[in-house]
Amino acid sequence: MTKFVKSNEAVVMGALYAGCDLYFGYPITPASEIAHGAAKWFPMLGRTFVQAECETASINMMFGAAGAGKLCMTATSGPGFSLMQEGLSYLAGAELPAVVVDVNRAGPGLGNVYPEQSDYTPAVKGGGHGSYQTFTLAPASAQEMFDLTMKAFEMAAKWRTPAVVFADGLQGQMMETVRLPEREMPRPDFSSWAAQGEPATRRNLVKSIYLDAAQQYEFNLSLQEKYSRMAADAMSESYMTADADILFVAFGISSRIARTAAEELRREGVKAGLFRPVTLNPFPRDALAAAAKGRKVITIELDAGQFADDTRLNLARAGLGAEAAGVKMVNRMGGVLVTVEEAVAAAKEVV
Amino acid sequence: MAEICQRGMYKTFPRSGKNTSFTHYCPGCGHGIINKLIAEACEELGLQDRTIFVDPVGCGVFTYYYWDAAHISAAHGRASAVATGACRARPDAVTIAYQGDGDLGAIGFNNAFQAASRGENFGCIFVNNSLYGMTGGQMAPTTLEGETTTTTPFGRDPSLTGHPLHVCEVFAQLKAPVYIARVSVADTKRIMQAKQAIRKVFEIQRDRKGYALLEILAPCPTNFKMNALDAAAFCINEMEREFPLGVFREEGRGMGEEERGKGEEERGKGEEASVLSLRPVPHAASCHDLFLEKDAAPAAVDDPSFPERRFKFAGYGGQGILSLGLCIAEAARLERRHTLWFPSYGPEQRGGSANCSVVVSGTPIGSPAVEHPDVLVCMNQPAYERFAGDVKKGGIVIVDETVPVETRPPEGVRLVRWPAIRMAEEFGVPKAANTMMLAALKKLECTGLSDGSLEKSLVASFKKKPALGEKNRELLRKAEQTEF
Repeated sequence: MTKFVKSNEAVVMGALYAGCDLYFGYPITPASEIAHGAAKWFPMLGRTFVQAECETASINMMFGAAGAGKLCMTATSGPGFSLMQEGLSYLAGAELPAVVVDVNRAGPGLGNVYPEQSDYTPAVKGGGHGSYQTFTLAPASAQEMFDLTMKAFEMAAKWRTPAVVFADGLQGQMMETVRLPEREMPRPDFSSWAAQGEPATRRNLVKSIYLDAAQQYEFNLSLQEKYSRMAADAMSESYMTADADILFVAFGISSRIARTAAEELRREGVKAGLFRPVTLNPFPRDALAAAAKGRKVITIELDAGQFADDTRLNLARAGLGAEAAGVKMVNRMGGVLVTVEEAVAAAKEVV
Repeated sequence: MAEICQRGMYKTFPRSGKNTSFTHYCPGCGHGIINKLIAEACEELGLQDRTIFVDPVGCGVFTYYYWDAAHISAAHGRASAVATGACRARPDAVTIAYQGDGDLGAIGFNNAFQAASRGENFGCIFVNNSLYGMTGGQMAPTTLEGETTTTTPFGRDPSLTGHPLHVCEVFAQLKAPVYIARVSVADTKRIMQAKQAIRKVFEIQRDRKGYALLEILAPCPTNFKMNALDAAAFCINEMEREFPLGVFREEGRGMGEEERGKGEEERGKGEEASVLSLRPVPHAASCHDLFLEKDAAPAAVDDPSFPERRFKFAGYGGQGILSLGLCIAEAARLERRHTLWFPSYGPEQRGGSANCSVVVSGTPIGSPAVEHPDVLVCMNQPAYERFAGDVKKGGIVIVDETVPVETRPPEGVRLVRWPAIRMAEEFGVPKAANTMMLAALKKLECTGLSDGSLEKSLVASFKKKPALGEKNRELLRKAEQTEF
């Protein structure tokens, strides 16, 4: 069965179906509906909602709850996400599963509450200190705000890593139909490492400190090895790519604009397709290479080109140097969207 | 050599890859004594299996090498936030945060203060040695006036750096804490008192009574640049003058339950009862129970024969613009179309203009942005001026008749003026102007949705007030009789 819901609320529902037991949050537009939904629904299911005094507190409360072996989450937007970077580094350093939702607003600074994808670098590359990564997913619909929030918990638990659901201000406010799953996810068992305040976990220690340089080096190697294995869980969507001459590459809300542009171009006889990374880290490099080989690539994005650069990097590392060099970009910032017409015009220019 | 009794502690401390049987604390440091007292209390009360220690950054960082219980090692200043998370996640555990004066008094003060204010179920043991120890003897908020540190090389000057921060006294202003006290470990008598206070913190957590703060004055010979005896004397003679020992809160004392209860009684006499009240949280057994009871509708089906329609609704906040859009969206959903609704948001939603977009499609919807609507509904002049020029060729603009139309919409776009506001007033329900607009949409057959679905959706939008739903259906039908 389905429900017609605001995407931000779909995040809360997804978290609850995933077995998230605790929500720690601080209000910020345009992510606040997530806190509102959590404040109402978590207690109704006997779970915990805590309104923290700041985002620094939220992320550290998550460190405590995850360290104590429970699934937990928070949601925020740019300024709050910046404040959480230190905590994300600690979560990664202690290998704790937790989910942070970033509903990207326009920046830098206070900016405004309208959509951007400009938190790309901290959301995808790890914005805190040290060599760490997060498992980062980019929903493009209310359904995916639900599904990928669930997936984020699954991946966070599987890889013992913080996961980021990277959305934007427009998506957060949008209402669409969401299909609900048949059953809730079972709770994972973290008793082998968590500090649960139980006899079985008495000798467990949750920490991100290795005073000895050689030990810290070994730990970093093991983290990097883990991140390379995460690549197996990369997800993507290819739409009308099989015979395409022009390939739009876009994620999240931009991918929907690109999708409409591709359809428009097809109607006008231009063979356009869309490649959409669903996970931004791990980046679906092989799938991108398969879709982009021999095509003209245009990225559609709401930032200054952080995503275009990452697309070039991934194409180049997949051996597609010529395609990487030819990447064009259509972008907007400040809360202004790329229009379908602009995307269509850019495609016609390179044909 | 006789084995030293180390109750509640591990036998060896494998720091930095070396296995030792001594701690990293300097000779004469208060931490070493406090660590031992904490380990003993935890063991004596039989709480090691249940305890989660939250370790700080600073000299207390390595307590996980010493105390035989589960540990979470926090970021600098965040032990109280981490302990909040841990005690909320594990309400049956005994959660103890261990923090220094830079950690709690400076960078993490608000986290500690707010946790105390919420009355979190953990005990906070706060070691005050009047400076940053591990980092190199810098000034802390607790540094005494005139005290020399590496960042107050000429002594702490209150005209530049303020006065020492009295954490217990500040926290004692809060309602929630059940225990706040300051003790010292500078001599044997004080150590015995400190031991009793530490036990009390554990007992409070064991019995889940609430938040407890125990400040412990501790000597730091290394950074005081004194021998152990002089450092202890400094603690007693100088620190206690600024930070008097004592109990600031105990259950039933200070601002405890009794006093608060008294206040309520006095307020209740001859005055109106407060309008504020707690309501019980409704219980749901499962996610399905919570989300699937009502509102359930079948999923959309793909039907490429249904052309995509894009709508924009605009007017003033309070004119029911957003609900009109939702009504169309709901009707589309009833017909199993792909549907998307998107409001203007941000500062605009708090008064002034409001608009929303709706997309209804037979196939999955791409762009959510309605740049060129097929149907534009305007309830005021700014809306018309802002959006009328964007309407697609072959599209339609419906404006309230009160809106002065100074510029015509683009070539090929139909303009319909409709007395929505006037009719709603004439029918005696001024708030129903949006229902009047729905009548126009229905009459003009521009939604691609059946009359039945539109009516059903309208009625359903008043599900909390069914009588109003029926009333609006009646008004809708009445309005349809009006000619354009």
